[in-house]
Amino acid sequence: MSTSPASTTALQTSTGPQKILVLGATSGIAEATCRIWAKQGARLFLVARNGDKLAAVAADLKTRGASYVDTAVADLDDTTQHPTLLAHAINSLTGMDVAYLAHGVLGEQPQAEQDFGHAAQILHTNFIAPVSLLTWLANYCVQRHAGVLAVISSVAGDRGRKSNYLYGSSKAGLSAFLGGLRNRVDREGVTVLTIKPGPVKTAMTAGMKGSEKFADVDKVAQTIVAAIDKRRDSLYVPFQWQPIMFIIRNIPESIFKKLNL
Amino acid sequence: MSELSSDPGSTPTASASFESWGRYPTYSAKIIPINWQNDFPGVIAGVHDGALPVGMGRSYGDVCLLKDGNLLLTTGMNRLLNFDSETGVLTAEAGATLAQILDFSVPRGFFLPVSPGTKYVTLGGAIANDIHGKNHHVAGAFGSHVTEFELVRSDGTRKICSPTENLDYYAATIGGLGLTGVITWAKLRMKPIVSRMIDYEGIQFHGIDEFLDLTKQSEKIEYTVSWIDCASTGKNFARGVFMQGDHSKVPAELKQSPEPKLVFPFDAPGFALNHTTVSMFNTAFFHKQVKPRVTALQDYEPFFYPLDKVLHWNRLYGRNGLLQFQYAIPWESAREGTIAILKEVAKSGLASFLAVLKAFGDVPSPGMMSFPQPGITLALDFPIKADKSFPLFERLADMTRDFGGKLYPAKDAAMTAAQFQAFYPQWEQFARYRDPLLTSSFWERVTGDRPTL
Repeated sequence: MSTSPASTTALQTSTGPQKILVLGATSGIAEATCRIWAKQGARLFLVARNGDKLAAVAADLKTRGASYVDTAVADLDDTTQHPTLLAHAINSLTGMDVAYLAHGVLGEQPQAEQDFGHAAQILHTNFIAPVSLLTWLANYCVQRHAGVLAVISSVAGDRGRKSNYLYGSSKAGLSAFLGGLRNRVDREGVTVLTIKPGPVKTAMTAGMKGSEKFADVDKVAQTIVAAIDKRRDSLYVPFQWQPIMFIIRNIPESIFKKLNL
Repeated sequence: MSELSSDPGSTPTASASFESWGRYPTYSAKIIPINWQNDFPGVIAGVHDGALPVGMGRSYGDVCLLKDGNLLLTTGMNRLLNFDSETGVLTAEAGATLAQILDFSVPRGFFLPVSPGTKYVTLGGAIANDIHGKNHHVAGAFGSHVTEFELVRSDGTRKICSPTENLDYYAATIGGLGLTGVITWAKLRMKPIVSRMIDYEGIQFHGIDEFLDLTKQSEKIEYTVSWIDCASTGKNFARGVFMQGDHSKVPAELKQSPEPKLVFPFDAPGFALNHTTVSMFNTAFFHKQVKPRVTALQDYEPFFYPLDKVLHWNRLYGRNGLLQFQYAIPWESAREGTIAILKEVAKSGLASFLAVLKAFGDVPSPGMMSFPQPGITLALDFPIKADKSFPLFERLADMTRDFGGKLYPAKDAAMTAAQFQAFYPQWEQFARYRDPLLTSSFWERVTGDRPTL
């Protein structure tokens, strides 16, 4: 692995602890990442839909050493609330060094094939809502000429497959959006990091057949923190997915359409 | 290839065989994660074939198994909710492991009040089995240090349990094998330390009487445990090494533990552990300590968790798995019983690789079904040999009963219903506190009871 293990160098953009906004803070990967930041003494603002879960995550991060934790319960599907929510979060944090977007849904592919309503819901949560958030956040960062926007996309966005092409296409759209945004804001001193995880061993998949081969969520989190600290542009976690997806992207369509993937 | 962790709301489940540490027996069950304090009982709505909360699966036999039932995996419910550095009281969710707790607490100068021989167990599992450690003679069992917890029942009721609130459920749940409900969080009274290090002393002994003398002399030492060579007979019978230690009083840097590096990579072939190899190991272990008495300043990790360094050391026992046999025999017959059982083991020719001997003290546990009681406890590991192991276990269990002792459910996969009910006559009283939805393969085996819902 080329990344150095568990880099803990804090960003140099501001003095004092990092100020981090986390959207979708109760997701497995987000929670593991936040534990690393908490240990570093970061200031955290956490957003999630479920108040009870959010309270438990916030208590945990506070106990583990976060210097400040504030929360907001919000359904991020409601894009009309985004400007107020984000302004409140940044006000609470007294600034923002990193925004970490970790919310999303897997959805039900079979249902999405029959029911456009469900398909639209997946696209809305995984693509439209992040576009709304990132538009606001990018403009905030551009004004300050600083900041990292770290966004969880997926290897599934690299090529549509019959087993999850609604989820995959929502993430493909997100990855393309992030590429364009990066191209726009890089010269303004703003970093956009596209994170593409493969299957991750979270509490939810533990004990399942085959889950031993999934990536360890704490190692995934360490890699993400290191990539943010190094201001990288994109990241496959674990790194083996980069060559795997290179091959999958380059299988000729005439062959690919016959595969069971 | 899909990202499975993105949405805690859509919970995939799968039928899988969940292994206990002994890898015997193996049963398939549906695994349902309990990642949040409010997940239970909702996630199990509509389920009619019984459920059992489980954590790391480090129990040896079938207390953490439920054949064709639903295992409620709690390891994702592992948040640390509060820590009071004045009183040392940690509030944590029940799926937090002792390893995670130590990673958090040691750098802050606090240690577990009671620790078993592995740190890869959950807080909930430690309560449910009322685990004990090398300091039982001064500190009692784990449950004595759990000041409060929340218990959620399958009918949705939530009970705060402590010595002053719902005392009956507090007593039934400590040592209650996960059958009284799902523990969501617990408060644990931690102990201040100033160093990671242990002032260690190892002393060779020859026979049970020397062991008992050393036990008496070490009453004031916080941690004591003995390794005993149970393969030798004649003049080497019951020789061993008495290991004792206290937390070092010399202030030192309290850093976090490194991650374990070694993983035992494959199932050892069946012939790897036999009487000859175990005798060789035991002789080597006895003489590893070249002098009759050695002292050292030792890190707490190898002192408490010598085997955790090798993840999956249970693979050493081959695909058939291993069984532990652990008894507690009261002082009146402890000497006689221990000698008789060690002789029976030596006579059987079955190899026990790791035999651990320890005196239990008289600090009572609040747990109704708690295993430790004043006297001697001996734990023996055996690789499973179908035709020979179980007849031996049955003889040993009967001997234990005749000496007034009992066996430890967390280490058992062999005792009969009659033996269990003789060891734990309070079991019927305990059964009144069992959650009607919860059961285990162990409970069904020792009571003949499977709920029909």
